[in-house]
Amino acid sequence: MSARILVVDDDRSLAEMLGMVLEGEGFLTDHSADGAEALEAFRVSRPDLVLLDVMLPGIDGIEVCSRIRAESGVPIIMLTARTDTTDVVRGLEAGADDYVVKPFNPAELIARIRARLREPQQEANERLRIGDLDIDVAAHEVRRGEVVIPLTPLEFDLLVILARKPQQVFTREVLLEKVWGYQYKADTRLVNVHVQRLRAKIEQDPDRPAIVTTVRGVGYRAGLSDA
Amino acid sequence: MAGGRTALGRWLRRARIRWIRASQPVLGPFRARWRRSLRLRTMTYTGLITGVMILISGTYILTSIGDDLYSSRRDQVLQDAARATLAAQSQLDGSDAADRSALSSLANSVRATVGDTTSSQMIYVRRQPHQPPLADAPLDSNTSPDLVNAITAELSDAVMSRNQPQYWQAVTLHSASGEPVPGIVVASTLTFPSGTGNYDLFIGYSLADTQRTLGFIQRTLVLTALILMLLIGALVWIIARIVFRPIRAAADVSRRLASGESRARMPLQNDEHFDELSANFNDMADTLQARIDELDQVSEMQQRFVSDVSHELRTPLTTIRLASEVLQAPTAAPDGPELTGSQQRALEVLGNQVERFEQLLGDLLEISRYDAGRITIETEPTNLVSLTREVVDGLQSLSHGLIEVRAIGGYSPIEVDPRRIRRIVSNLVGNAIEHGERKAIVVTIDSNAAAVAISVRDWGIGMNTEDVAHAFDRFWRADPSRKRTLGGTGLGLAIAREDAAVHGGLLEAWSRPGEGSNFRLTLPRREGTASFVSPIPLVPDDVVPDAGDPQVTGGWLRRPKRRVKKEGR
Repeated sequence: MSARILVVDDDRSLAEMLGMVLEGEGFLTDHSADGAEALEAFRVSRPDLVLLDVMLPGIDGIEVCSRIRAESGVPIIMLTARTDTTDVVRGLEAGADDYVVKPFNPAELIARIRARLREPQQEANERLRIGDLDIDVAAHEVRRGEVVIPLTPLEFDLLVILARKPQQVFTREVLLEKVWGYQYKADTRLVNVHVQRLRAKIEQDPDRPAIVTTVRGVGYRAGLSDA
Repeated sequence: MAGGRTALGRWLRRARIRWIRASQPVLGPFRARWRRSLRLRTMTYTGLITGVMILISGTYILTSIGDDLYSSRRDQVLQDAARATLAAQSQLDGSDAADRSALSSLANSVRATVGDTTSSQMIYVRRQPHQPPLADAPLDSNTSPDLVNAITAELSDAVMSRNQPQYWQAVTLHSASGEPVPGIVVASTLTFPSGTGNYDLFIGYSLADTQRTLGFIQRTLVLTALILMLLIGALVWIIARIVFRPIRAAADVSRRLASGESRARMPLQNDEHFDELSANFNDMADTLQARIDELDQVSEMQQRFVSDVSHELRTPLTTIRLASEVLQAPTAAPDGPELTGSQQRALEVLGNQVERFEQLLGDLLEISRYDAGRITIETEPTNLVSLTREVVDGLQSLSHGLIEVRAIGGYSPIEVDPRRIRRIVSNLVGNAIEHGERKAIVVTIDSNAAAVAISVRDWGIGMNTEDVAHAFDRFWRADPSRKRTLGGTGLGLAIAREDAAVHGGLLEAWSRPGEGSNFRLTLPRREGTASFVSPIPLVPDDVVPDAGDPQVTGGWLRRPKRRVKKEGR
């Protein structure tokens, strides 16, 4: 079954070319030219992934991103023409999983999309426990007691990778490779922002994290240092 | 005359210098303070002047009171003595004693009369010398041997001359405990009846009381002067504080302003001169602030414009790139016509040029960010040796010879933005590969206490002095006719130099035609370091320095000033 991708970009030529490239790789594509239309199309076609331009007429891309995120955990990759820190960070904070800077290499975009679409390898009935959280890997579910904590697939991946090896420190580069599929040095802010988002959902007190902790100058690990 | 004066002047100068040198260990700190503190000088001058004034007036008061006391006491004493003399003489005149015993008892009763009349107990009666001896004459008598000793020959001569009824002299007497006290001796002459002859009457008066009063006044005055001095000192100190407070406030405000606190303003001080200063100062600060705001606005506008332009250019560029990719993909037209060789080549050129365009756009955007002064660097502790090794490993395949990394030092991590440092190093190594004439390239890393340096040395074509001066200019090429192998936008070194500057570091070049080039990046270890010495020489060790080389005096480098936002992690 081929994945369905929603391309949201106000530049029709770019959207058309993107469509051609993606279809050449075997994906199905839909196209929306502005924010309002995109939200509509998202609800109708239920895509497996959204490619979202940051600059859109009407509702801008960041707003669209947070509205989609409010309804669904679908992977969102932002397309941005700006490498300015603030734009990228705002997009990531609005819930985007990844971003690609225009003008991008098509092969790189495809790699990013495939990394987001790939099904995580999972063992049957794998259950993890970290802190006061129960993770059911097969069911894609995280609970604190009886309460289910909703996580996006990416956040879930991140948590599972950390939780499978409690106490082991993962550098940002290793996490980029394991979660995002980057083979080379990329923007480590991706990791920082998503760890913040994950903490906001799973920690009792996000300012004093107990489940995903920072090891200064190295990276992150699951659990307290001497827990 | 003039020569003598200059010689004297020179001698004085030399003496002064010698004095300063000799006293420096003790007075040095004070002298330094003296030179630097207007307040100390004001206080010292005021203290000295008031001290001298108090001393002069105190001395004057003391002497006039002393004189006054003395003279009134003396007048009193003289009157007292005159009364006693008169009483004694009238008793003598009224007596007709002629024989020895009568005369003797007369002398005794005269002495008693004197003793009763005068307030003093020191009485000495003696027969005047140089008179014919007389057997019946009464004997000399005295009540105090001290008085006898105190009488000088001058006084006795004066009394004998009998020009005046009374003579007096200031003498030193001794108190009961033997201490010397000032005193006055008054001398007069008594004439005994029956041709017995003249007798000298000396009455001694102790001035101990007067002396005590004077001492008391003196102590009181000194105490008063001391208290006055202290009060004046305190007053001057307080006044100096009050007067200098506005100046200190101004200094404080200007320091805050200089350190970037743009809202710092001087308060009013309730003095027309200071308030004028405050008002002008604040006006100046406002003007500066307005200019800075204006510049900020302009830079923000420029930044937004460049960012917008770049966005507008990037979208079509992406489309072109995607289109060329679609055309190149083998599956683009499986059943379509085959592309001819020249069409294939055209596609390839299109792809390469799109890439170059992209790179140029990126560099333009970066340099415009630097121009607008809107740079945020994201620092983290970075090991420059492993960073350099990574960069070199990535470029090794492009170089014709071997790139050697000599890591002498620099292993301990320093706080830098690794993305920017990587960009600098790969730019330098890339240039070395391009201009290195397929010869060896050596990358050296070393450090000292203050800085870490990376140098990239090639033995290629090199540049002349004029070219080296332009090496960091934008879009400048050493030799426009040379073919390019690695591409490059012409902005690489300009960006690299700015990348170094935002870290407080410097990027410098040495080059000589035919002998190759050496580029050196020096980064200070710490934020506050204002000047530092690079651990690696700019002119390589293997060449003989000549006049064309950059003039290095001591090798001190000054930290360039840039406005930078920093984000560490």
